[in-house]
Amino acid sequence: MEIPYTVQPRDDTGLYNAKVGIWLFLASEVMLFGALFSSYILLRVGSPEGYWPRGWLNVPIGTVNTLVLITSSITTVMAWASCKMNQFGRFKVFHACTLLLALTFVCIKSYEYHDKFTHYEITLKDGRIADGHIVENNPKADHVVISGRYVQDRKDLYDLEARKAPHHHEEITIPRGQIEKMERYGPWHNTYLAIYFTLTGLHALHVIGGAIVIGFLWGPGSKLWETDPERFTNRIEISGLFWHFVDLVWIFLFPVLYLI
Amino acid sequence: MQATAPAIPHTEVHEARHEEAGFWSTYVFSTDHKVIGIQYGITALFFLLFGFCLMMVMRWQIAHPGEAVPVIGPLLAAIFGDVAAKGIVSPDLYNSFGAMHGTIMVFMAIVPLAFAAFGNYVVPLQIGAPDMAFPRINMASYQAYVVGGLIMFVSFFIPGGPAQAGWTSYSPLATSIATDGQTFWIIGMVFLITSSLLGAVNFIATIIQLRAPGMTWMRLPFFVWAQFVTAFLLLLAFPPLEAAAFMQLMDKVAHTSFFLPTGLAVGGNLAHVSGGGSPLLWQHLFWFLAHPEVYVLILPAMGIVAEIIANNTRKPLWGYKSLVYSVLAIGFLSFIVWAHHMYLTGMGIRIATFFQTTTMIISIPSVIVLTCMFISLWGGSIRFNTPMLFVMAFLPMFGIGGLTGLPLGLSYADIHLHDTYYVIAHFHYIVAPGTIFALFAGIYYWFPKMTGRMMNEFWGRVHFWLSLIFMNLIFQPMFAQGMAGMLRRMADGGANYSQAKMEGAIGGLSAGIMNLHTYILWAAVGLALAQIPFIVNLFWSIRNGTPVTSDNPWDATTLEWQTPTPPPHGNFLKPPEVHRGPYEYSVPGHARDFTPQNEPG
Amino acid sequence: MTVQDHEHFAQHVRGYLYVFYALLFGTLITVGASYIPFGNHAINIAVALCIACGKAFLVAGYFMHLISERKLIYGLLIFTACFFLGLMFLTISAYADFPPMTVTH
Repeated sequence: MEIPYTVQPRDDTGLYNAKVGIWLFLASEVMLFGALFSSYILLRVGSPEGYWPRGWLNVPIGTVNTLVLITSSITTVMAWASCKMNQFGRFKVFHACTLLLALTFVCIKSYEYHDKFTHYEITLKDGRIADGHIVENNPKADHVVISGRYVQDRKDLYDLEARKAPHHHEEITIPRGQIEKMERYGPWHNTYLAIYFTLTGLHALHVIGGAIVIGFLWGPGSKLWETDPERFTNRIEISGLFWHFVDLVWIFLFPVLYLI
Repeated sequence: MQATAPAIPHTEVHEARHEEAGFWSTYVFSTDHKVIGIQYGITALFFLLFGFCLMMVMRWQIAHPGEAVPVIGPLLAAIFGDVAAKGIVSPDLYNSFGAMHGTIMVFMAIVPLAFAAFGNYVVPLQIGAPDMAFPRINMASYQAYVVGGLIMFVSFFIPGGPAQAGWTSYSPLATSIATDGQTFWIIGMVFLITSSLLGAVNFIATIIQLRAPGMTWMRLPFFVWAQFVTAFLLLLAFPPLEAAAFMQLMDKVAHTSFFLPTGLAVGGNLAHVSGGGSPLLWQHLFWFLAHPEVYVLILPAMGIVAEIIANNTRKPLWGYKSLVYSVLAIGFLSFIVWAHHMYLTGMGIRIATFFQTTTMIISIPSVIVLTCMFISLWGGSIRFNTPMLFVMAFLPMFGIGGLTGLPLGLSYADIHLHDTYYVIAHFHYIVAPGTIFALFAGIYYWFPKMTGRMMNEFWGRVHFWLSLIFMNLIFQPMFAQGMAGMLRRMADGGANYSQAKMEGAIGGLSAGIMNLHTYILWAAVGLALAQIPFIVNLFWSIRNGTPVTSDNPWDATTLEWQTPTPPPHGNFLKPPEVHRGPYEYSVPGHARDFTPQNEPG
Repeated sequence: MTVQDHEHFAQHVRGYLYVFYALLFGTLITVGASYIPFGNHAINIAVALCIACGKAFLVAGYFMHLISERKLIYGLLIFTACFFLGLMFLTISAYADFPPMTVTH
């Protein structure tokens, strides 16, 4: 006996099996990201006044990434619609765009991560704090050069939006002997970066995973179109649902991390 | 499909399958739900035995602190080195055994056995489906379970040993211990959680979509309803723990401070972390899963009990509708009671009252379920076979376990009882003579369908009586110990807090309370010996048990008994048509005292 | 597929494009609104989250077809949303509610 309702929907539910399956999976993903968002709120509410970073992320770049994902969402739904309208060629074009947009998103994210990983906070022995991007960090040299600024109070590093005048960066050379502590802006640096890297990292993994699935269906998996176009279209719909969910998460991630 | 044909001997079906596919795709990389169910079952039973052995070593240490473990002491010293020097269980080893006993029993033994093994084998058969909705995902979920289990098992043999911070893995302790055991634990948990999530998706989709024609929701066997709700609990409650595990992993390897507070000191020195995190956040996320998890432990067992009661009383279950609505209510409420595990974390009165209220409310549907099962016995023609004995013992044992949970759920009483042996007794009563008895019953009950042979009835009864007696002897004294103030997780069994150590101290543990440890240890040995007839019976009966004379040896009504024995690939030749409810026993006017669900007319 | 099916689908496609424009617009006003000084920062947060919810509704409703999907699916999602909100609010309430005179810093 064959497993029924793999393509044809069941009468009383009106759904085919994989659709039920993917929505159940997406429900669990809602709980996963929901737990992380709850953690974000708790960590932020629990942080001392003035020590939660604001303005540490580049808003124009984030906006571009948001537009990239939204565009990939429309190309995804159009790819499915093309399959439904029996236009295989257009499906190929639309999902090729989806894959390129996914790649763009990941590249932009990598650039943002790189920016954080080259950003250092250096506490000097005399109490001053230097903060900026690495220009020169030769282990053999006895000094470190960053492009940034000095601050007296650590709190000044946190709220970059409140400051009226744009800070200008200058090249600062610091002898290694004067360095008390030197730490880059990785997830260990503070809980904001920790939750930022975790949220966006997990989201990026979902982008990559979704892109791999869509890429497989676009490439080797598209052979199914010749033998069972309806089943293939359903697969495009299922993978599309996952992709839209990834876009949905970003719709919340962007304002939460970048804007507020 | 009428299945009154004589049973096909197991070996013939075995040979037929060989012609279709090789050994590896039939028995190892199978997508057939029955094979996967048995795979889960055997793996889980192995972990159950392993977790039990860990407990035996711990009970020795508690009863004889500082003395070398007999027989296996040298083996422990050889494997674990310093922490088991000369065969003596050090506090570090005790803590790691304690953490792993809990982890293994909950995540690698009971849930895979109760949910994945029984569920996988029985649910598609009971709803009249050819297999699960997603057979390849089913196989993947078993493989993820094996990988997770292996990682946990391997962690015993790495330098520093396995995780030591309890199955609850509270931060900051969990990430402050310098060894890698915690990292293995977290990665193992991620695989186990993935396995459960894939399984949950499969179960829910299967039950919604693949019910046979005529199998309406209110004609489902109660076992299927129980598994359905269990799958939802796993689906929605596990992801926050996955997120938390990921964050704890980052705390351990990337030195983040999700759960590490500012000013944390480890070993007297300020920790080199950014701080700003919250240990309570871990607890909330952990218990958000772990409370529904305990319902995952009990609901499949309730399902098994219901099936066996209806079958062996020869009458329908009393209150089927109440049972269904109660189990749905338990599922929903279980998501909003979790902080009753956290009463002593400094919560305010308002929030503690909220959780206390929901905790009290959730006891109501649980009592309704138990009451329906008790009433189902009334007026029945009870057959006292081995499955029924286990199931009848389940009822009062679960009753004791559940009722002793009430003082724990009341925040005021919990101040005295939290983290004491009272808690250990409470939950072990529910899981050990509760769930595990139901699982034993299920094994004896469905064994003939899987193998075409009955397990030996005499040794089944021996197994039952000895297990019942010894389980009560082990856990009953723990209530007294807990109320006297003996705390959990003490490697010396409380010796440092005994009156012997502190002459005249108020609240010091009395000699009587301390002496109970010795009796508990002997009872544990008795329980261990009592499992030998079961293990032998299980494997011996596969080849040598009394062959069944029909496909339906228990004269049961549900669909899994209306298939050949064992059911072939695809289960049914064509979809069975269901014409009636699941418990049409002793219907007046009928010739037989049972009518299968798919019998026409 | 018939010509009528195509036309029917062409209508849907137009709908998807309108949703796309709405999402683009929503993104731009989210960013713009974050720079408006409302006085109380909480208002900025509320505005940003409301716009995000609106965009999410569009993606879920139209791109994921939820607006015409079966009761079973959005029933499941409503339960999920309840549990997610429960996790969030109860955790934060537990954090915020502590006995008087507790030292918090």
